[in-house]
Amino acid sequence: MARIGNMEFFLDPNRCIGCQSCVAACSECDTHRGHSMIHLQYVERTISVQTVPVVCMHCDSPTCAEVCPADAIKRTDDGVVQTARKPRCIACNNCVLACPFGVPKMQTEFSLMMKCDMCYDRSSVGLKPMCTSVCPSGALYYGTREEIEHLRPRSEPINTFQFGEQTITTKVNMMVPRDAGVQHVDVLSAMEESPVGNAAMLDSVFDDM
Amino acid sequence: MFGRVGSERVVGAAWGTLFTSILAILIVVGSRNLQHFDAALVGYTFAVLFATFAITYRYAMWLLRPPTKRYWNRGWQLFFSRRYFATNVVNWFRRVTADFALNRFIFKRNQSRGMAHFFIMWGCILAFAITFPLVFGWIHFETLPGDLNSYRTFVFGFATTSFKIHSAVAVLIFHGLVWSAFMVIAGVMLAMRRRMLDHGAAALQRFAEDFLPLVLLFAISITGLLLTASYTWMQGYGYDFLALLHAITVIFTLLYLPFGKFFHIFQRPAQLGVSFYKDVAAKEGMAACRRCQQEFAPLLQINDLIEVERELGYRYETDTPGVEHYQRICPACRRSMLGIAQGELWRNGGLGVGGGEWEKSNHLSPTPHPPRPTPHSPIRID
Repeated sequence: MARIGNMEFFLDPNRCIGCQSCVAACSECDTHRGHSMIHLQYVERTISVQTVPVVCMHCDSPTCAEVCPADAIKRTDDGVVQTARKPRCIACNNCVLACPFGVPKMQTEFSLMMKCDMCYDRSSVGLKPMCTSVCPSGALYYGTREEIEHLRPRSEPINTFQFGEQTITTKVNMMVPRDAGVQHVDVLSAMEESPVGNAAMLDSVFDDM
Repeated sequence: MFGRVGSERVVGAAWGTLFTSILAILIVVGSRNLQHFDAALVGYTFAVLFATFAITYRYAMWLLRPPTKRYWNRGWQLFFSRRYFATNVVNWFRRVTADFALNRFIFKRNQSRGMAHFFIMWGCILAFAITFPLVFGWIHFETLPGDLNSYRTFVFGFATTSFKIHSAVAVLIFHGLVWSAFMVIAGVMLAMRRRMLDHGAAALQRFAEDFLPLVLLFAISITGLLLTASYTWMQGYGYDFLALLHAITVIFTLLYLPFGKFFHIFQRPAQLGVSFYKDVAAKEGMAACRRCQQEFAPLLQINDLIEVERELGYRYETDTPGVEHYQRICPACRRSMLGIAQGELWRNGGLGVGGGEWEKSNHLSPTPHPPRPTPHSPIRID
């Protein structure tokens, strides 16, 4: 199997403009053709235009795989957590409920869990995942660490997430402000927070005008 | 003394020994103290005994995994619960017919995949149903006393129906393995075609996991057909060699059964238990998300999942007020919170959306282009 090499996935939800290009492109992927695996999450549609593109973060210790009673979810040698193996998946929904990022999708009519596999047919041979090849705002970026540091000198990729007492490290990186000095993204810190991303972005756009 | 893994292996080995012993006893009893046991098939018998041990061992080890153990126990518990038993029995027949006999869910995934699986599955079931009872001596045929044109079938040594040896029924019965071979070959061809043409399958498939089972099924079927061809049309030419070749392919497959893709044959029926679990759990009440207050999953499943995660060593417990465990939050809110949490970091520490970077990229287009040897359109899919 070809190697992904030094190419990495960088996720920057704050740059998402909600155009749905990633959703359309995702369904073109050969490993799950016709089924879009990316989530374009509307955060609070009534008060905000903020959207969050969510791909599989490819955890180093994937909770979805561990809680699978059928042992159907496997991680490749290069760290990509694959969609459920078709002969094994028993459609119990455990992975969907256990994933800390809310990624897997249950295809009830097929009795099969499907999820983002970083377009393994493409990334395993050195091509970009479909979503990153069409994202116009750079919310989804696939490239080398040197490229992303050159492009976004004020940002820093981190891959550590905190969920209560549980720390999860991932293959996919999230872009955070370099000067914030954070070691991880504390997801539960957003429990009581309102959407901010695009509101902040629109403010800055209007300030520039 | 052995540790957790060691004791699990002992449990697995004990179950394996038990099932293998039961099968061995049934072979002796069913063949009437090996009276009807065909010694020429002894290689097959030992391969089946080994496969039985290994499959039981692996199945027992699989059931000891925390999530599997929990859903296995819960599935049986809920299936036999007095309140839902009648509904469960009706659903059992419905699901066995639709999902197992007709492979409905596989056809929904893809017609070609469904056809391939249907042919392979029924071809194999037919072949197993014929081969194993013959190998074990559970079924044998005898000519009727005084009537050399009729055969009587004996099952476990008990006489059953008889039939004329030149009748259509006889042709159908004695060529049962030929029909099954045709079915398996048709299924293998369809499966192989998909694997050779489908780009998605090409990226994920591996030889040992995906191609070897098809190669083995094809080898068994074709060598079996050659045996029939040899004794029917070629006066038994090369029969001994073909019989040996056929035995090797079958025995290798039997030994491979517990280790590769074929294990799903034994694992898959667990889907039934899970479906009852989901049915009953949904009726027992739903869990509401602690963030959006929307119902999102059966409460029983969420509680079980929390216990399973604890057994596996995960610590999703939180001190956030109202959320004692991260599992109490629905997947949609998890996705929203991920975006909000990142946005908060930028608002608090990074001057909005890295605004400086938008300016630094010096593009009207929001797409920052990395340095590349040859510029290309942002819509090109490379």
